[in-house]
Amino acid sequence: MPDLSNQTETRKTSFNLRQYSMIIALIVIMVLFQILTGGIFLKPQNVTNLILQNSYVIILAVGMLLCIVSSGAIDLSVGSVVAFIGSLLGVLIVQKGMNVWLAVLIALLVGALIGAWQGFWIAYIRIPAFIVTLAGMLIFRGLTLYVLQGMTLSPFPKGFLAISSGFLPTSGGPLDTTTLVLGAIAIVVYLFSAIRGLQRKKKHGYALPAKGVFLIKNIVIVAAIALFSIWLALYEGVPILLLILVALILIYSFFTNKTVQGRYLYAMGGNEKAAILSGINTKKALFFTFVNMGVLAALGGIVFTSRLQAATPAAGQNFEMDAIASCYIGGAAVMGGSGTIVGAVVGALVMGVINNGLSIMGVGSDITQTIKGFVLLAAVVFDILSKKHAARA
Amino acid sequence: MTENILEMRNITKEFPGVRALDRVNFSVKKGSVHALVGENGAGKSTLMNVLGGVYPYGTYSGDIVWEGKVCQFKNIKDSEKAGIAIIHQELALIPYLSIAENLFIGNERAKNGIVDWDLTYNEAKKLLLRVGLKEDPNTLVKDINVGKQQLVEIAKALGKNAKLLVLDEPTAALTERDSRHLLELLKELQKAGMTSILISHKLNEVAAVADTITILRDGKTIETLVDGRDEITEDRIIKGMVGREMTERFPKREANIGKEVAFEIRDWSADNPLIEGKKLLDHVNIKVHKGEIVGLAGLMGAGRTELAMSVFGGLCGKNITGKVFKDGVEIDTGTVQKAIANKIAYVTEDRKTAGLILMDDIRTNITLSSLGKVSSRSVLDPDRETQLAEEYREKLNIKSRSVFQKAGSLSGGNQQKVVLSKWILTEPDVLILDEPTRGIDVGAKYEIYTIINQLASEGKCVIMISSELPEVLGISDRVYVLNEGRVVGELTKEEAKAETVMQCIMANKRLGA
Repeated sequence: MPDLSNQTETRKTSFNLRQYSMIIALIVIMVLFQILTGGIFLKPQNVTNLILQNSYVIILAVGMLLCIVSSGAIDLSVGSVVAFIGSLLGVLIVQKGMNVWLAVLIALLVGALIGAWQGFWIAYIRIPAFIVTLAGMLIFRGLTLYVLQGMTLSPFPKGFLAISSGFLPTSGGPLDTTTLVLGAIAIVVYLFSAIRGLQRKKKHGYALPAKGVFLIKNIVIVAAIALFSIWLALYEGVPILLLILVALILIYSFFTNKTVQGRYLYAMGGNEKAAILSGINTKKALFFTFVNMGVLAALGGIVFTSRLQAATPAAGQNFEMDAIASCYIGGAAVMGGSGTIVGAVVGALVMGVINNGLSIMGVGSDITQTIKGFVLLAAVVFDILSKKHAARA
Repeated sequence: MTENILEMRNITKEFPGVRALDRVNFSVKKGSVHALVGENGAGKSTLMNVLGGVYPYGTYSGDIVWEGKVCQFKNIKDSEKAGIAIIHQELALIPYLSIAENLFIGNERAKNGIVDWDLTYNEAKKLLLRVGLKEDPNTLVKDINVGKQQLVEIAKALGKNAKLLVLDEPTAALTERDSRHLLELLKELQKAGMTSILISHKLNEVAAVADTITILRDGKTIETLVDGRDEITEDRIIKGMVGREMTERFPKREANIGKEVAFEIRDWSADNPLIEGKKLLDHVNIKVHKGEIVGLAGLMGAGRTELAMSVFGGLCGKNITGKVFKDGVEIDTGTVQKAIANKIAYVTEDRKTAGLILMDDIRTNITLSSLGKVSSRSVLDPDRETQLAEEYREKLNIKSRSVFQKAGSLSGGNQQKVVLSKWILTEPDVLILDEPTRGIDVGAKYEIYTIINQLASEGKCVIMISSELPEVLGISDRVYVLNEGRVVGELTKEEAKAETVMQCIMANKRLGA
């Protein structure tokens, strides 16, 4: 029997280095802005802000990543869907005075329907996703304009606004104990699952990760959670939106890494013919990928409308581009078959940090856009060159 | 005696692990129709690719002497410039351009970069006249049938002032009438001084039009038959094509075949999805016993892969009819999922484009069709996956660093073992293996044969498709011969010889003609 533990390790470390390269880049950019903005960038208030500002891009990027992984397809309609859901919420809540949670539920269902509509054409009629969602982009922008008739609908009730601006109840004082307790719980849960995983491997006689790497990895993660919760505690505590984001990231990471259906998406993105011959119902999987995208676009619409406190006709413009760019910056393969949820989230944060940092510095949106463009290109060039290098090695 | 327009001397071409051409000598007389025949994989296409510059000078050894001078073609353009035009089986026409545009593609009738459409049209007309094609040059290529497209290809070559036409299986996709027309055209062009090389499996055609026939086998020139000097009959050609001695290429096996029919395909028919009214498969009946290896022999396009893929999830063909039985009970194999659930496995002939996810590792590829075994309630257990993959990596001797090595970086033989592992892991009762040893070196082939024997000894039904006749004959307990979508012969191990298989095919071709 060959020495398995060793083999697993070499693979894990080399794999992780590339995975982590974008995280390292994100940290470097953050440190750079901390210096350039004279310490404003990493102030607790701005860190909280950063999360809230970029929440909807993260939500959209998660859905977009599944589209890209499963077929290399991109969904151009998500920005328009965000606006359309906003207009729907405006009509239901502001004009008709509907119960907020019922309206949110309806919005999510409409999102699923939109996804099913587009997924049907893409998966079953085999119309290229680019075309279907380009049409969707026009259709849902048009419907938004029609519903709103050029008006901006507001005000939304407090309960709805709390989705994006609410915080968990705080204990008062300079350092919020609720946040610290939540952080501590997160650390305990994380360590518990890490150790349990290790024990399980031992019990079944599976390959074990090398001690050093295991320790360093967990120390870094625990320290990151601790630092992050202290930072949040220094401001107003845990934003409700952050809980939603963390839940999404955990659920979708689990889905992509650990479930059979998640594996199917990667397989069909890697080689559709092989996936079909292996007994995967690729049409169904692709259909549900777009249904999922529709639901997440609706969630993005809910969050964005709540944050804007109004339904406006121009909402969500270019959101699709931010979401797509996030996935590619995060290392998703353009032709499909590879990419991670965490990568897409990091990609969204890279874009968000650049937006936020430059705006603190007083740089205009002209230069900001230009820089974001270069960052996208650089990230993808780096990724492709390093893959070529790896292939040669 | 007329001079040789082409001499290929001592051509040797090697691919990793395979010597495709071994000191091949091939001379073509000016103004002759020279046929090049041999089994699939004998080296015909490779030889023509060397001639055409597809494999540039330096990647092979030996000399190409063209019109008395040694040539070093670096690419296709070089050989075309010299006057060699190769017309491949897959036509290189652009469907949405007109005949005239296709005729002069890359060779446009233009002045200062601006196309002269009148000149193009008129010259196109003249070329079409020479090949006897009565079509308006402005017709789009997609609107004419394959036979006429073939003529357009020839006209295109004439437009480049070709002195030598190489036709690779030109009649494979043609109807009887179009084929005859094409062969007559070759004779016509010959009268006008054209030299042509004809690669064909249809030996009756070869015998009818060729002046000279060169037979290749296993990458070597076996013999050259000259009309008027040697007897040219189909039987004589077949003898040259298959007359090889069988050595220890196949592992020994004690066949333990059950009495009951364990797997049966009954009255299986399907229509060609591309050509209206053409049958892809015509009332095919196949029976396999427990522990039996059944070979499907036939030439390319005989319908073997089509049979396998239409049975396995209806992936090929239109209007499929027929029944599939397992242990006497009819089963539904209409989707891949159902076929797998009924314990049928199909190993594709197209390992790289349809068998593997090259960007994923060995582990992911092996478990892909059996994720139920490595998950509970849809949640994967990666450690169990690694363990199972590791088990198969050892069992099938997949030479690799670990199960985490990317499938794309493995050699052909090891890739095939990964695909086999994937299907063995589904614990099938029936395995359909489509060209399981294509592009694999001899050593790995032996290993694959051993695995196949092992599967049969475990009582599985194995259906083996291979274009290499000796392989089918060497490994099968029984052989079905397919031709043009029909079963044209069933031979026992004792009856099955290269000659008898070829005779089944030829007898059917004559009947069909």
